[in-house]
Amino acid sequence: MKKISVKRSILYVILSLYALVTLFPFLWALSSSFKSLEEILTHNMNLIPQNFTLDNFRFIFMEQPMFMRWLFNSVLVAVIGTALNLLFNSMAGYALARISFPGRKSMFILVLAVLMIPGQITMIPNYLILNQLGWLNSYHGLIIPAMVNATFIFMMRQFFVNFPKEVEEAAQIDGLSRVGTFFRIVLPMAKPALAAQTIFVFMASWNDFMRPLIVMSDQSMYTLPVGLNQFKGVFITQWNYIMAASMVFTLPVLLLYAFFNRYFIKGLSLRGDK
Amino acid sequence: MTPTLFTIGVFVLLPIIYAIFLSFHQVELLGGTNLEFVGFDNFARMIDDYRAGIALWNTFQYVIIVVPTQTLLALVLAATLNAGLKGEKFFRIVYFLPTLTSSAVLTLIFMWMYNPEGAFNQFLDLFGLPTYNWINDPNVALFAIMIMNIWATAPFFMVIYLAALQDIPDSLYEAAELDGAGPFQKFRYITVPQLRPITSFVVIMGIIGTFQLFDQSYIFSGGSGGPSNSTLTVVLLIYQYAFDGIGRMGYAAALAFALAFIILIATVIQRKLSKEETIY
Repeated sequence: MKKISVKRSILYVILSLYALVTLFPFLWALSSSFKSLEEILTHNMNLIPQNFTLDNFRFIFMEQPMFMRWLFNSVLVAVIGTALNLLFNSMAGYALARISFPGRKSMFILVLAVLMIPGQITMIPNYLILNQLGWLNSYHGLIIPAMVNATFIFMMRQFFVNFPKEVEEAAQIDGLSRVGTFFRIVLPMAKPALAAQTIFVFMASWNDFMRPLIVMSDQSMYTLPVGLNQFKGVFITQWNYIMAASMVFTLPVLLLYAFFNRYFIKGLSLRGDK
Repeated sequence: MTPTLFTIGVFVLLPIIYAIFLSFHQVELLGGTNLEFVGFDNFARMIDDYRAGIALWNTFQYVIIVVPTQTLLALVLAATLNAGLKGEKFFRIVYFLPTLTSSAVLTLIFMWMYNPEGAFNQFLDLFGLPTYNWINDPNVALFAIMIMNIWATAPFFMVIYLAALQDIPDSLYEAAELDGAGPFQKFRYITVPQLRPITSFVVIMGIIGTFQLFDQSYIFSGGSGGPSNSTLTVVLLIYQYAFDGIGRMGYAAALAFALAFIILIATVIQRKLSKEETIY
C-alpha cells in the first residue's frame, strides 16, 4: 500500500513539474500584458504585477489603428473560410460515400493524393495564379484557395460510409429530395464530425502565418499573425504591448477549445490511427 | 462535388504542373510574367549555392534532434498520464495549451523569454549556469528554436499516444505483474513494443513537420535566417528566393521539389528502419 502511494506521488511530481513548464510561458506573458514597461524592465520575474494596469490593452485597441483591422481581417477570413469548408467538405465527402457517379473511385484516389502533397510545392505557382487572377492582396485570394481540405473530405467520407442508410431511405419515402435529405437529415446527425472540423479548420486559418504573409501586401490587409510580427518590428523593446496583443490573439482559440473540448480529442484520435 | 473539384483543380493540380514547368524556367515578374526555358540549370545551381547547403544542414540538425526528443517526451508524458491518476483531465488541458496557440504568438513569447535579461537567463543564473544571448548568438539561435518547438509539439503527439494506450489490453500488464515485472520493465517490454505502429506514425508526422520549419525561423530572425544564417531553413530559403523580386522563382520551385524529395526519402528510410526494429 505504501509503495503504491510513493509511486503515485512520484508520478504527480512529474506531471506537476511538466504542467509548470507548460504554463510558465503563458503566465509570464499574461502577467507582462498587465505591467507597465518600467515594471517589465526592472521586475520582470514577478508573476503578479505590482501595479496592475490595463494601459497596454487600451493602447493596442485605441491608439494602434491597425490592430482592430487585423483582428477584423482574421475573424472574417477564419469564419467565412470555416463555413465554406464545412459545407464543401461534407458535400464532397457525402458524394464520395453515397452517390454513384462515373469516376467516383478515381476522384477518391485524387483526394487521397492531394493529402500527400507538401505545401511548399504549390506555394509559388499559387502565388502566380493568384497574381494572374488579380486576387493578390484580397480576402478572396486568401479564402478561396483554402475553402476545401482533403483531410476533412476524407474524414467526412469515412463518417458517411458508416452512416445508417435506412434513415435516408425513410426520409426519401417521406418525400424529401436528395438535397433535402442531405441538409435536413444527414448534416444534423453529423454534428460531432462537423464540430471537430470547425475547430481544426478555424484554428488552422486563425493561426496561419505563411499564406497571409505571401498573399497580403498592404498592412491593412494583414491577418493577426502577420500583423503581430510587424508589430514586433515597430515596438521592438515594448514587450508589454506585444504581450498584450498576443493575449488578445490567443483568447478566441481558447474559448473555442473550451466550448468544443469533447470533440477536439475525438477528432484528434480520428486523425491519428483509427 | 463541383466546387471541391474546381478548387482542387485550380489550386492544387494546376499548381503542381505549373511548379514542374517553373522549375525548368527562369521567371521574371515585371508587369506580367516572363519565362525563359533554362532546362536543368535550376537544379544544377543548387550544388554551388552555399546558402542552400547551410539551410539543408540546419534543417537536418533540427530534424535529427527534435523528432526523437519530442517523440520520447510525448511517450513518457502519455504513459505517466495513463497511470490512472486523479486530475488527469486537468493535466491534459494544461498540456494542450501550446498546441492551440499560434506559432506566431509562441515565438514572440519565447523571444521575449530568450532576451538577455529574460526568464531563460534568469533561470540559468539561479543555478549558476552560463547564460546566452539566445537570439543573437549564431551558436545557440537554432537551439533556442529547437527547445521552443519540442515544448510546443510534444503534447500534440502525447494525445495521439494517449488514445493508443487505451487499446493495450490490461491482461498483458497483469501477466507481466505476475511474472514480477516493475513499472519500468512493463513500460519497456509491453508499452513501447505495443505502441510501435503509433510511434512510426508519430515519427513520420514529426519528420514531415520539422522539415517544413518556417514560421518560427522567419519571426525569430525577422525573415533573414540570421544571425549569420544560423536559423536559415530550407523553406525560409525557398521563400526568400521566391519573393525577393529578382527573378529567382524558378530556382525556388526547383528547391521546393528537392525538399519534397528529401522528405519522401526520409519517410521511406524511417519505414524501413521501423520494420527492421521488430526483429528484436
